[in-house]
Amino acid sequence: MMQSSRVPPDLMLWGLIPLLAGLALIGTGSPSTWLTLTVAGLAMGMMLFIIASGLTLVFGLMDVLNFGHGVFIATGAFVATTVLGPEWFGRSGGWLLAPQAALQIAAVLVAMAIAMGVTAGLGLVFERIIIRPVYGQHLKQILITMGGMIVVEELIKSIWGSQQIPLPLPEALRGAFILGDAAIERFRVLAVLIGLVVLVALSVILARTKIGLLVRAGVEDREMVESLGYPVRRLFVAVFVAGSALAGLGGVLWGLYQQTITAQIGAQVNVLIFIVIIMGGLGSVTGSFLAAILVGLMANYTGFLAPKLALFSNIGLMVAVLAWRPQGLRPLTTVR
Amino acid sequence: MIRRLLSNDLPRSRLLGVLLTVLVVSLALAPLLFPGAKALAVAAKVLVFVLLVASYDLLLGYTGIVSFAHTMFFGIGAYGIAIACTRLGASWSAIGIGLLGALLTSLLLALLIGLFSLRVRAIFFAMLTLAVASAFQTLASQLSEWTGGEDGLNFRIPAVLGAGYQWRDTPLTGLGFSVPADGRLLAYWGLFTVVCLAFLLLLRIVNSPFGRVLQAIRENPFRAEAIGYQTVVYRTLSVVLSGLFATLAGALLALWLRFNGPDTSLSFELMLDVLLIVVIGGMGTMYGAWIGSALFLLAQNYLQGLMQSLVNPLADVVNAVGASGTLEGVLRWLVSLMSPDRWLLWLGVLFILSVYHFPAGVVGRLRR
Repeated sequence: MMQSSRVPPDLMLWGLIPLLAGLALIGTGSPSTWLTLTVAGLAMGMMLFIIASGLTLVFGLMDVLNFGHGVFIATGAFVATTVLGPEWFGRSGGWLLAPQAALQIAAVLVAMAIAMGVTAGLGLVFERIIIRPVYGQHLKQILITMGGMIVVEELIKSIWGSQQIPLPLPEALRGAFILGDAAIERFRVLAVLIGLVVLVALSVILARTKIGLLVRAGVEDREMVESLGYPVRRLFVAVFVAGSALAGLGGVLWGLYQQTITAQIGAQVNVLIFIVIIMGGLGSVTGSFLAAILVGLMANYTGFLAPKLALFSNIGLMVAVLAWRPQGLRPLTTVR
Repeated sequence: MIRRLLSNDLPRSRLLGVLLTVLVVSLALAPLLFPGAKALAVAAKVLVFVLLVASYDLLLGYTGIVSFAHTMFFGIGAYGIAIACTRLGASWSAIGIGLLGALLTSLLLALLIGLFSLRVRAIFFAMLTLAVASAFQTLASQLSEWTGGEDGLNFRIPAVLGAGYQWRDTPLTGLGFSVPADGRLLAYWGLFTVVCLAFLLLLRIVNSPFGRVLQAIRENPFRAEAIGYQTVVYRTLSVVLSGLFATLAGALLALWLRFNGPDTSLSFELMLDVLLIVVIGGMGTMYGAWIGSALFLLAQNYLQGLMQSLVNPLADVVNAVGASGTLEGVLRWLVSLMSPDRWLLWLGVLFILSVYHFPAGVVGRLRR
């Protein structure tokens, strides 16, 4: 049910990224600044994609709109502060001051793994308690997932306190590579790498495995897959849990990127995530990747060129995209 | 007569009717019945919330649209008055200009958001409003030259509405009360009158043929469309109307407080409060706004003290038990959940439970 009669080829969609980057190059007028901003934008886009991919699949598969997705971001980030924190193993300074760079990076990876584990568990509980009773009722879903977000946010405050807490980067990831005149922060490179790993893993799972096939089929036409005897419900729980874990991973990255976190971090990122999944076309992983990169780049370019317009620029971008393609960049074939 | 006034939409429950009468009468006589600055402040806030919540009910309860930008319109009203009164001085014309400007701004914004997102897909509306509202919040704190930033704006209003103005030489006395007949009293009663009139108007709107179409859209948008109603137009009108009433509520709040800042009228927490009140009071009932606002604000202002008085004895119990190690930590954590700082936690739990088990709210329950 696509509304626009003439569908531009994919090339045109992917061309949006270089187009935006090119415009920004003219706008900034300095290649080195531009390079720094672009890498920052790509890193931010990758993080947004990691967080948004689960949400968009959950929507596509079961028509569930989860306004509480932000809690997984916040939980992931806070778990990371505990894992990397100074009280761990009684060492002053904790793992972040471990002697070798390799050990420090290992510590961050361990923190990510633990955060993903915790958020996966939380996702399981969240799905069971909050979402399962309101399948198929959009209004109640929005209300109740919002309620779930408040509750988890408050629980986070009761455990970690309601003030800002630091989530410092380990020594090995601080600083920047110098490339000509441009400074490229190391952590951003790591974020891009992790984002690429997630993208490749997701694409392979979705394109090459039986489960991925079922997920894609379920997104296209749930009833059909169900009538063929596959348990879409259980598949959905698995996708929800995986999406929660990815949001947890994204939360760790986002926390390390911001370096300080509050319990409201999830609600803040939520806004960007919604822009991403609307722009991408609800339910579409590739679309949300494209949209996430565009949003990340846009946020960084305008953050530099016109700081006051940063958030509006993304809304403007979304409005422009929707005016062009009302169902999002890469819509699904069926629209419920 | 009363039937006409209430647009033939009576409470339809004896208990509810009694409750509403008691509530409205005690709000009308609040300055006389409950002397003291705090009681009056709570009563005034209840009134403002009645209007704010009723206007949100038009959207959520009657049209079935979730918006997270309702406090944005509320904030526009409050900032309209605040900015006009700071720039133009404490005059009636400043208030008029501020209100008019705010209403116009809200009208345009609501039209824009409504037409844009509802045309594309109704489900985008909730997400889009969230984004727009947060952008607006950032904007309000960034334009600090106009809005006073995080500190907000203190301003003066016409002296007739101030505590310095006496409209009677002797205080109002009666059955055991004695209240100075000052401008604050006038301001309160003015607020009461405007809220009641606006509420009756909202009641009129939801019970008009237009309101019936909104309810049809809520129940089954496809069917409503098939019958021949342009759902986009009706939904957008609903967004616009509710936005305008919210703007009025915001203006009233600013006039009453003679202050406005982001936390008073724009914060996301306020949005959650409104959502909660609508759900607890009863979606799609209008009267739920009165019951819900009164319950919620009484709880917010008086229950938190109760929670505080619970925490200390509980902490003593934990000390007396003499647990140590992990157990102590867990117990202390449980006690900390009871502190007034975690008030929102219990609201959230209450919210979830009421959406599950109590979707019709207090009013719906009473009407059964």
